[in-house]
Amino acid sequence: MKCQRCDKQAAFHITDLTGETVSAVHLCPNCAKDYLEPQQAKKVETSSLMGMLSKQLKVGQTAEQLAALDQKVCPICGISFFEFRKQGRLGCPHDYTFFHEELEPLIVNIHGVTEHKGKTPKHSSISNEAQMQLIQLRRQMNEAVEKEDYEQATHIRDLIRQLESGGRE
Amino acid sequence: MKVDHFPNPVGPWMRGNGPQSDIVISSRVRLARNVAEFPFIMRCNEFDRANIEATVSRRLREMPVASTCNYFNVATLKAVDRQYLVERQLISRELSENQGARGVLVDRDENFSVMINEEDHLRIQVMRSGLDFEGAFQQIEALDDAIDEKVCYAFHSQYGYLTACPTNVGTGMRVSVMLHLPALVLTKQIEKVFRSLQKINLAVRGLYGEGSQAMGDFYQISNQITLGRSEYELIKQVGDVVPVIISYERKARHFLLQDSRDDLQRQVRKALGTLQKAGQISSEETMHLLSKVRLGVNLGLINDLDIPTINRLFVYTQPAHLQKMRGSEMDTTQRNKARAVYLHSQLELPSGDAPQS
Repeated sequence: MKCQRCDKQAAFHITDLTGETVSAVHLCPNCAKDYLEPQQAKKVETSSLMGMLSKQLKVGQTAEQLAALDQKVCPICGISFFEFRKQGRLGCPHDYTFFHEELEPLIVNIHGVTEHKGKTPKHSSISNEAQMQLIQLRRQMNEAVEKEDYEQATHIRDLIRQLESGGRE
Repeated sequence: MKVDHFPNPVGPWMRGNGPQSDIVISSRVRLARNVAEFPFIMRCNEFDRANIEATVSRRLREMPVASTCNYFNVATLKAVDRQYLVERQLISRELSENQGARGVLVDRDENFSVMINEEDHLRIQVMRSGLDFEGAFQQIEALDDAIDEKVCYAFHSQYGYLTACPTNVGTGMRVSVMLHLPALVLTKQIEKVFRSLQKINLAVRGLYGEGSQAMGDFYQISNQITLGRSEYELIKQVGDVVPVIISYERKARHFLLQDSRDDLQRQVRKALGTLQKAGQISSEETMHLLSKVRLGVNLGLINDLDIPTINRLFVYTQPAHLQKMRGSEMDTTQRNKARAVYLHSQLELPSGDAPQS
């Protein structure tokens, strides 16, 4: 794991229990020394995930590239990469595929690897396509309701029911 | 379903009867899971959340194991009832404080709970008294399989179980152990222990998980990495380090007895005296003093109290438990007085039965 403040290898993995929230920081010996000096402590990014995200995006990216990346929107759930960066939470399962390139370095930073090992679900009655379609249709239905287009909303609801009954019930 | 006193005076995590329970309060395993056909919570509107809560809770209640569970619609619970569930560690503070449709399925013996619409659609947790990862793991495997039959989990061939936050992706599994480490705190070695744990990618937190302070010398140790290691490897990672910390704490206790027995005895007696005689007392100070008394009981410096009683007091002196016992809502000052009265009644007796409401 790399230091959150510079590109050296992180040697200190600190869980800060002093503030309102607990936060984890990963630092090289030099940056850790700065961090542990009380007068410096306030400047530190509070969330490790946010820290990693902002650092990751600063490296080797121009402002335009960053702006373009931020505007990338998942066609299934409608979350932009900017929203993910701000909140630290993804919008739907498809984001892991759609933002794959952007997420991979972050996942390496957190877990050190990118391949799942262990349990897999025993049942999956709904196909991947149907799962994505359901999420997309639910969003479209919500949008139709917001626009008070109830005819369209009812039509989408019927499509959702059809898809759902193709699965387990 | 009303939140009322559970049949057991305390859940497994405070029972104090499991292996190594002088130091290990509880072992816990939790899984983060999402239902494939819905967006993650962040992209849900009110309608989606209600839909998830209704669908998932209905399917959970169809499971055979649900016949010995209660389901609570958390959104309709009063603040004091939500806090009561938090104090018993059946729901997280996040679930308690969130908005919108959400719920929890709770085992009557409080060995497990399943939260709906927390950070992920499903958070499954199993608790055991003392050091017992094997037992916790077996139960959560069975529970996860039973839920897998009812809902379609979000899963990715490369990334494993998909979670709202990439920090939980993969197994979605957090293995944690709650330790009481007063001697390592007293001998000022606790920081050193933390640093070495962090070097091997283990996280250290306070009593009520993420964002909580280490109160009453309780520390929760858990795995930080969830991807690229099997469930068994994660259990082993945390399980292997616990005996080492236990041995450090025992050494520190031994050292305190050898080096400053009289001083320790005085501190413990003073803590017990304050708890017995205070006219009013805050929940924080109670935790702090009970921690001293707990150490005293474990070291044989106090003879007429037992660990289950002390463990129970840690829970029952918290705000929502006090108010439930009293049957009315109280402000901080009223609670501080009620807490003192309760402690007085409990600590005067050699060892109490379950407190009555």
